[in-house]
Amino acid sequence: MSATRRQFMLSAAATLVSSAWPSISFSQTEPRRGGVFNVHLGSEQRILNPSLRASTGVYIVTSKIIEALVDLDADGKPVPQLATSWSSSKDGKTITFKLREGVKWHDGKPFTSADVQYNALELWKKQLNYATALQLYLHAVDTPDAHTVVFRYERPMPLDLLLRALVDLGYVVPRHLFEGRNVLENPANTAPIGTGPFKFVEYQRGQYIIAERNPDYWRKGLPYLDRVVWRIITDKSAATAALETGQIQLSAYSQLALADLDRLRKNPKFEVRSKGLEANVFNNTLEFNFRRKELADVRVRRAIVHAIDIKFFIDNFLYGLGKAAAGPIPSSSTFFPKGSQPPYPFDVKRAEALLDEAGYKRGKGGQRFTLKLVPIQNGEDVPLLATFIQQSLEAVGIKVEIVQYDIAGALNAVYKDGSFDIATGWHQYRGDPAVSTTVWYRSGSPAGAPWTNQYGWQSAKVDKLIDDAATEIDPVKRRALYAEWLKSVNEELPIWMATEREFYSVVSRNVQNGHNNARWPSSSWHDTWLKA
Amino acid sequence: MRFLALAGRRLLAAVPALLIILVGLFLLLQLAPGDTVDALVAQMGGADATMIANLRDYYQLNDTVSVRLGDYLWRLVHLDLGYSAIYGKPVLLVIAERLPATLLLMGSALAIAFSVGMLLGVIAARGVNRWPDTLISTLGLVFYAMPSFWFGLMGIFVFAIWLDWLPSGGFASIGLSLHGLARVLDIAWHLILPTITLSTIFLAIYLRIMRASMLEVSTQDFIRTARAKGAGETRVVVRHMLRNALLPMVTLIGLQAGTMLGGSVVVETVFALPGLGRLAYESVVQRDLNTLLGIVFVSALLVIAINFLVDLLYARLDPRIAGTR
Repeated sequence: MSATRRQFMLSAAATLVSSAWPSISFSQTEPRRGGVFNVHLGSEQRILNPSLRASTGVYIVTSKIIEALVDLDADGKPVPQLATSWSSSKDGKTITFKLREGVKWHDGKPFTSADVQYNALELWKKQLNYATALQLYLHAVDTPDAHTVVFRYERPMPLDLLLRALVDLGYVVPRHLFEGRNVLENPANTAPIGTGPFKFVEYQRGQYIIAERNPDYWRKGLPYLDRVVWRIITDKSAATAALETGQIQLSAYSQLALADLDRLRKNPKFEVRSKGLEANVFNNTLEFNFRRKELADVRVRRAIVHAIDIKFFIDNFLYGLGKAAAGPIPSSSTFFPKGSQPPYPFDVKRAEALLDEAGYKRGKGGQRFTLKLVPIQNGEDVPLLATFIQQSLEAVGIKVEIVQYDIAGALNAVYKDGSFDIATGWHQYRGDPAVSTTVWYRSGSPAGAPWTNQYGWQSAKVDKLIDDAATEIDPVKRRALYAEWLKSVNEELPIWMATEREFYSVVSRNVQNGHNNARWPSSSWHDTWLKA
Repeated sequence: MRFLALAGRRLLAAVPALLIILVGLFLLLQLAPGDTVDALVAQMGGADATMIANLRDYYQLNDTVSVRLGDYLWRLVHLDLGYSAIYGKPVLLVIAERLPATLLLMGSALAIAFSVGMLLGVIAARGVNRWPDTLISTLGLVFYAMPSFWFGLMGIFVFAIWLDWLPSGGFASIGLSLHGLARVLDIAWHLILPTITLSTIFLAIYLRIMRASMLEVSTQDFIRTARAKGAGETRVVVRHMLRNALLPMVTLIGLQAGTMLGGSVVVETVFALPGLGRLAYESVVQRDLNTLLGIVFVSALLVIAINFLVDLLYARLDPRIAGTR
């Protein structure tokens, strides 16, 4: 009985998915079992433990081996994975999860609430990036029985925030391998053991990582694939070549050169897509250092933004992949206030007028003042934008000197030493402003914490809005708070979010059931299969 | 016994040099802005202050430079190269994993460059200023001037994508558990393109040196004597000219041993090979001091050993050198 119901659910899900994804042709035949799925990995990972390291580079590998409490569906809504249901108390301080029964770790031990308790208190709260802030007010995790966990918070925790965050920050590793041992040097960090559809086999540094089918996976009969192999290819052109020769079938999260993305778009063997990766969105940024008196004047900051024709940059340097941002909340987010527009459109005359008004008239040689620009090399487009900013500002009389560092050096210069005037890099939005976005604006982060407010700027109003929204359990009120916050930061402009961009995957058309949720490259691939 | 004494003397003389290199590099890397935690956080896409503080503590970055340098040198005395921050295992193990691939790639590239360079150099010298010389010298110049990454990518484009004869990268087929001859052939098949790419650069140098050296030797008195004795052309070229012209080539090999161990970042990156060059590059980018110093240490030791061997080889090729020692 249960088997037929499961089959029904599966086929219902398939129908749903196929109607939502008209670009994939679902063959009527049964999914093919077996096969090796080869995936591009652009950089070596130090450890393969998503409970200690939250980054797409870790997820793209470990989410097949280790599972989180929840995952996302095609619409970007949290759906059950290791947790089957959840509820929040009226005051928002107690959140209860029911866990899936009959789930086993790859070493045969049962998965229970004790595992979740340990991960939440010892790993997420103490070690995991972004989760230490998220779980700051988590003070206890109760385990009334083996399949129930109760999270107790000192302040109200919005359920939708927690669920959305746990998709990335809620991976569970086995308690019995970590408790009482050195967490950071644990062998399970590089030879991961989880509950996922694939078991870890081998990690050859500098070459590849292999995982194979887990025959005891809790979704009976799945996964379809025999193996997943991640090949470490650091050179973008070489990775494109590996795709074209069929050595790899997927390169996700825009790890290829933009020029190659544009070229592969025309290749019938591949699909270049952003749908299926929309859970993460990123911006090109421009950070201002308020310790420079010129930049502390909001008119100068606005003038700088008015002086840069970002549309031109997107069309000509990014192959049109992106659009001008209307602030730090992307237009695809549920928190985006409808109808918001980029606040300071390209207008050189207005820029000149604002600079004049601020008292920085053109001096000798038409120059107003000089700024030091530090590019934070997140991607190949960062140096391009840096040069574009330099030339755009030159036109309104601001001379820009670009100072080159590698990424570690740039982070140090901008977020620790404050030895920059303006900086440009990427900001990533992870589904909810409270996960990794508001930290760019909230005052109080100690110096040396990258991608936090280290600009010498502070606004009591913005700080209060951020704090209120993080503990507001009414979703409607929460959205309103963020709308107000967006308005404030757009007005003050401590950082300019220049572009709004999606990540891209290049995937072979042989891959079936691909990109069928909002973070597919970081999901478990339990239903993925390869056409012969 | 004399051999051992010589070896010992050489090693002893190398200790100060080694120390200067290691301490210098250690201090130089302190000047680079940012540390290994910054690099890690950059890779993760951000972290909060608590985690960063924990990690700095974990990697012992809070101690002063002198304390850390002293620690490092003290451990080195015990032949302990420390723990790699990027790979989370002992540096010695990390290097040992990469060394075979590097030696194989660089060894075969150098062997090809040496032998083909020698052959072409001799042919060019024999036909000096005629068409074979012009053709070979021009080709050498073209190879030398061509950036290796471009040559490698073009190789991939033609032989891997277009003709589909060779793999586009990697050290061996993944997932097939091959043994014995099959494995050797598999690795050889993967290394064809990178080896040829690498050897073209060296080839041009060897070719030029060989040609110049052959021309120089051919005007020497003993060649005329050999001819006067009635030795045939082949015998004159092989026995008299080649043997003497080889000396600068051998010197060059000794000099290039360092280059060889450093690996080739570009070729290793383009062909996704697990070599020491890429390891060193990643160590710099990720500010992994232990690994970088370990690579330098091991490479320096090997360079000293190879140069010692080169000296012995000199003596074989030119008995006069052994006499003066």
